[in-house]
Amino acid sequence: MKAFKDSGHLFRVAAVFLVGFIAFMVLRSLLVPRSFGRYGHYRADAIAEIAALPVSYAGHQACETCHSDIVDVKNKGVHKGVACESCHGPQAKHADDPGSVVPAKLDTAVLCVRCHQANLAKPKNFPQVEAAEHSGGAACNTCHQPHTPAIGAGVNQ
Amino acid sequence: MNITRRRMLVLLPAAAVAWKFVLAGTPEDSPNYQMTEHWWAMLIDITKCIGCGSCVRACQLENHVPDGYFRTWVERYHIEDWQMEYPKVDSPDGGKNGFPVAKETGGKNFFVPKLCNHCADSPCTQVCPVGATFVSPDGVVLVDQKYCLGCRYCVQACPYGCRFINPQTQTANKCTLCYHRITKGLTTACCETCPTGSRQLANLKDPKDPIHEFLRTHSVQVLKPHLATGSKCFYYGLDGSVR
Repeated sequence: MKAFKDSGHLFRVAAVFLVGFIAFMVLRSLLVPRSFGRYGHYRADAIAEIAALPVSYAGHQACETCHSDIVDVKNKGVHKGVACESCHGPQAKHADDPGSVVPAKLDTAVLCVRCHQANLAKPKNFPQVEAAEHSGGAACNTCHQPHTPAIGAGVNQ
Repeated sequence: MNITRRRMLVLLPAAAVAWKFVLAGTPEDSPNYQMTEHWWAMLIDITKCIGCGSCVRACQLENHVPDGYFRTWVERYHIEDWQMEYPKVDSPDGGKNGFPVAKETGGKNFFVPKLCNHCADSPCTQVCPVGATFVSPDGVVLVDQKYCLGCRYCVQACPYGCRFINPQTQTANKCTLCYHRITKGLTTACCETCPTGSRQLANLKDPKDPIHEFLRTHSVQVLKPHLATGSKCFYYGLDGSVR
């Protein structure tokens, strides 16, 4: 069948184009990740990969399951709203394996001052002291117990 | 190896099963988490911030942020009187180790914690040429570390300066709103460690979330509202001098 004279070259170009198109589609399906475009112009699997990253801070609920005695003491004082790991640092490893990973002892001279050193920009109703003058060099926990910081609150925790 | 018909019949289904696992990618780590039930936001109460830097330290430890780079940081503002256009702002090491006692006395002084605003219409995701950064279906702006080329387009596009190039991976990096924590039922590392409750994670799709009552009863502002980025970091007590 001849559509018109010398039409053979058209079919040859069409064949080359078709082969190229098929090669493009095959390569594209191999190179573009399956989840690309599921929610938008990105790889949906990336969401699950980010969600699967390990946690360093265990969260206060994890602390409370074992240390409820200390939480009860803390809830009586003004540090009620301060989460355990705010001072004690990230403890997910300790929560996973309490036997072998033991949290470090804390230095009240560093820790208390971080929040309570007087600074003009702090809210006026927040308790602040000039640390050097206030204690005369004595450690904060000589008078204040960090879990219930009011003087005379007593419990040695 | 001599592949007989019998061996082929055994190998083909095994290969098919293996291929299915290859395609599946990383398994979902939090089976009870539903993306459709969340639209994440953060509430920041400036009147409670004491500039202790707990959030900055916690963020760096939780997310392995290199020294000198910040996914969240705290700024200190000082405004003498009426010169609102010219606040004095400092943030020594992102406020990680607190703030030195200010030289200036008087005036207006306050701290402003900053982080990615997780904009609903984020400028940074729109400029990515390869689809490596995106707003997730639950409203968190994330970076696909495997897809990012490190072209720095998004770093320039963010009007809040919340992105950086990680010097170790040479890819764009930013606050993920601790996506690996919030999908497991925990709060973010910065909210967990904030001693005064100045920062609060909120799920706007949860009608019982206390943020709704707060937003209804307080004067709340977002940063750079004129840019219409759909910012989801709501600031209470935000001064007009904050940029």
